[in-house]
Parts: sequence; C-alpha cells; structure tokens
Amino acid sequence: MKHRGFLRWASGIILISTALMMPLGARAQLTIEIIGGAGAALPISIVPFVGEANFPLGISGVVGGDLTRSGRFRQIDGANIVPRPSTAEEVNISIFRARGADAVVVGSMQPLADGKVEVRFALVDAVKQQTLTNMVYTVTQAQFRATAHRIADVIYEKLTGELGIFSTRIAYITQQGKQYQLQIADADGDNPQTIVTSKDSLISPRFSPDGSRIAYVSFENRKPVVYVQSLLDGKRQAIANFRGSNSAPAWSPDGTQLAVTLSRDGGSQLFLIAATGGQPRRLMSSPGIDTEAAFMPDGESLLFSSDRGGSPQIYRLWIADGRVERVTVEGSYNVSPQPLPDGKGFVFVRRDSGRMQIATMDFQTRQVLALTPGPMDESPAIAPNGRYVLYAGQSGGRSVLAAVSIDGAIRQRIGALAQQVREPSWGPLQ
Amino acid sequence: MSRLLKFGLLVFAAMALVACSSTPDDEGAPVDERTVAAGGGAGSGADTGGIGGTGVSGTEADGRGNELKDPANILSRRSVFFAFDSYVVEDQYRPIVEAHARYLVGRPDARMMVQGHTDERGTHEYNIALGQRRADAVKRMMVLLGAKEAQIETVSFGKESPRNPGNDEMAWAENRRADIVYAGE
Repeated sequence: MKHRGFLRWASGIILISTALMMPLGARAQLTIEIIGGAGAALPISIVPFVGEANFPLGISGVVGGDLTRSGRFRQIDGANIVPRPSTAEEVNISIFRARGADAVVVGSMQPLADGKVEVRFALVDAVKQQTLTNMVYTVTQAQFRATAHRIADVIYEKLTGELGIFSTRIAYITQQGKQYQLQIADADGDNPQTIVTSKDSLISPRFSPDGSRIAYVSFENRKPVVYVQSLLDGKRQAIANFRGSNSAPAWSPDGTQLAVTLSRDGGSQLFLIAATGGQPRRLMSSPGIDTEAAFMPDGESLLFSSDRGGSPQIYRLWIADGRVERVTVEGSYNVSPQPLPDGKGFVFVRRDSGRMQIATMDFQTRQVLALTPGPMDESPAIAPNGRYVLYAGQSGGRSVLAAVSIDGAIRQRIGALAQQVREPSWGPLQ
Repeated sequence: MSRLLKFGLLVFAAMALVACSSTPDDEGAPVDERTVAAGGGAGSGADTGGIGGTGVSGTEADGRGNELKDPANILSRRSVFFAFDSYVVEDQYRPIVEAHARYLVGRPDARMMVQGHTDERGTHEYNIALGQRRADAVKRMMVLLGAKEAQIETVSFGKESPRNPGNDEMAWAENRRADIVYAGE
C-alpha cells in the first residue's frame, strides 16, 4: 500500500546579516512515500477544524500529515459531515464508526481581539466512546504549524502510548554542485533553515542533547575540523582543530563534552574534549582505527568502530575503567553505532557482499535485524522516542534521506529534487 | 605551537592563493555562517585565515614552484594510488614518494600535507579513518627516507573529495589515493 504526500521544501530561508550576502536557493520539493506498514495502522478521522478556512494555513491537514507519515495511522475521511462537529460533545460516534474510524479528532480556530487565535481540539475514542483529551492553545498565525505538530504529538501519545516526535527538528547536509549546506528543519522537512554554507564537504552533524547547539565536521580548511555552533546566535567555535584529521563528534549525554576522533598523535584515536574546546584527553590507545564514538544514554560507556580485530566492528568502552568489549561478531563490516534511547540496543551500518544496510542489534539477545535493503544506506539517526531511524540512502544515483521504523515494518523514501541530501541528525524532544 | 600555527597560516594563505588563481571570478569567503559575519573570528586565527580569501600574493617568487610543477620533473607527480582496502604504497609509486622525501630532506623548511582519500564504499566517518591510514603510510615512508616528522602533516578527506565522481571500479581506483600538497601551493 502506497501513500503519497508532499512537503514543501523551500530552501534558503535565512536570517540576513549585514555583512553577509546569502544566496536564496531555488525552491525544491521533497516527496515522502510510505512503503508498506499501513495494514497495522489505526483508522483515525480528522475533521477539518471549524473556522480553519479563514486562515491561509490550516492545522488539521498538518496533523493528518504527521500522523499518516508515522505509519501508525491511516486517515478516514471526516469531511462532509453536516453540521460539522468541533467539540467532543458534538461528535456523533455512529457516523464515524460507520466510516470505519476508531478515533476522531475535531477542533476549532477562533480569532481573538489581540490578533492571536484560539485553537481547540478534542480527541475521541470512537470504540470506547470516550473523550481522551481536550486542549486549547492561544497562538499567533506564525505558530500554527508548531501547534499542529504539538497536537499530533498529543494524539500520537494518547493512542500509541509512545512519545510523539512531530515537534522535533532534524539536521542534514545538502549538496548542489559544489555547494554544501548544513540545514535544520522541522521533523516533517518543513521550515528548513541553512546554518552553514561551504564550498567543501560538511559531514556528521550532531545536535547537542538540549538541542541548543550542533557539532559538525567541515572541510573548509582543507582538512576535517570539528566545530560546535550555537543555534541561538549562529556563533561557532572550532573545538577540535589539531594537526591531522579531526572528526566524528559525539555529545556526552550531559552536553558538557564530546568524544572526537583525532589523528594528532598518529592513527585515528578517540579523545574527549570539552564542548567549549581546550585540551583533549585520550580515551585509550589502540594499534588500529578507533572512530565513530557514540555515548550510551547513561554516559558511562560508549560504542565505537574499530578494526583492532582485523575487520571494522563495533566495540563498547567503559570510560571509568577502560574496559573494552567487542559487540558485533558476525560479518566483516559493522560500523556507525547509534545507541537506542532505552540503552537496550543500537542501530548501525553493516556491509555484506558490498551491500550497506541499516540494522539493529539487541545487547541482551545479540539478535541482529536488518531494517533496510541497501545497497548504499548509511548515517543512521534515531528519533528521540526510539521508534524511527532516519538515514541516507541512494535513489537514482543521488543521495536521499529515508526513514524506517525500528522494527523495519514501515519505510519512507524522502526524495529531493536537484540536490543531494545526506548525513541526518535527529534533534531532542522539545 | 606557534610554529604549527605559522605553518597553518602559511597553508591557508596558500589555499586562498590557489583558490583565487584557479577561480578568479570567485569572490568572498568559501564559508558563510548565519549571523556570524564578524563572529567568524570566534575560532582560532588559523580558521579565519583559511576562510578569509584575501590571500597573500607572490609567495612562490623564490622559484621553487618550477621544480615542483615542471611536468618533466617527478616532483610534479603528486598522487599515490592504492588497491581496494589497502594501505601499502605499491612499487610503481615508490619513486614518487622517494623524490618528495629527497626534496624534504634537501629543504628542511619545506612543509607538505599528505591528503588521504578513499572510494565511496563505506561510511563517511569510517572512510576518514581509512584515508588517514593511506596518508600516514606515505608519510611513514618519507620519514624512513630521512624527511622530518614535522615537515609532513597527514590529513584525510575520506570519500568527501572524489577525483572521479563515478560509481564504477575505474572511478573508485582513481579515488583511492594520497595527494601531496606543499605549503605555499
């Protein structure tokens, strides 16, 4: 079953600074295509909000788009019900049950005297015939989209028992010709903002745990250098710019330091460095490559890639005592570990017969599950609720973003026109 | 430290020079940061030197550029290519590495960067480490031949700067390499 939705992906929305002339990029568009998974989706009817037509941008459509793209819901037509319900009390459940809906969302948008708008919505469980939630928001028109994502989060959480991630942000790198950009957008791809533009490659963006800063690797100085940039004022600092290569930044859970890979003392080795820069502290010494560190949620250990055993495999280092344990045992190329938020497992990239796939591994059972078919999938970034993995894949010779549910059941291709998109990072819950 | 910084500045000034000469109509800094116009200096001095684009000119007036660029001179050959998954400098490239090592031995003030590259197979970050290993292999050979450690900085571009953007074995073979770039070029 295929669903096709469209996202506006206007690029180049930029704050104008007096000293910099920023180019306005051409408008591009992303297509999100859900592949499979809709069979288990919960049927939900989202009735257009009463009063919504008075505004250029509505809310119910954005809510519906969020829920549908999650793969957990499918929409049941809620239009053409007269009179149109806007509160839980006005919902005639038998009408919606007849249409096949298990849940109903209704709402209203009422202009206020101060120019703001009062947005109300209610979520009704049509099976149990009870109101699950009633909420009211007083917002400006500029906050409509953010409000819609909040509402989608509430609905998602009430009906699935898991945290919604529609209000989060993602970061990724775009490449158009020789222009590379680090962009940050809402989780649905809307509202993209360019925060770095370079003629040289950018890789490995990583949101800080509180979402206020982003670390990344830039090649603008003809070598890899790790920067930390504030998302509040755009100021940045080269926190690792040592002799040799500086790469693979990973935030500690408390946001005070980063693990980085430095070659300054020979080889590629792991170091800890303060988020504000300073002298790095070497984590361990190995004769091979150590890189791609990622902290476990408790901050006490980290996963990393190393070829100390002959082939690239994933290892775990306990920081306090320096103990190292090999984690992946099968296959000849297992890299890019990203721990799950509950610490019970991790997502990684495995290469098998030249095919690169996103996979998960459970620490307890050691079970490996391939989530994607490949052949060139990499850079997994896990949603803060642990339910989805954003990653970079190939389509038509170009790099595109895609998302897959943590059980591999629901996959979305996110196609971009005229540019390459890769290296995603998923920001924290807001 | 200050020597490192000086080398860094020299390299970046050289980069600016190269950038200017190769793309004369290309103006402005290669990197724009939102709201960071003056704040670009928030990093170390070497960074802003690298992105400033207002290059020093005439640094090659000593004439040594000729020797390094003369197509008839082996010193003009700057790339060492590697087999898949390999970091061994093959025999056919030894004369190039040896010539550059001799050059460094004869000019203790000369500085170079060896830039390692990989093909597109593998992840962005892991390939940085693989490219680093190729650059280190070239450096190790030069040091064994008498060049000083401090003369050679090894860095990696991983798969970020493919010479051939193709996706076949021919392109991959061109991209598995280490490039030699002198400070002042």
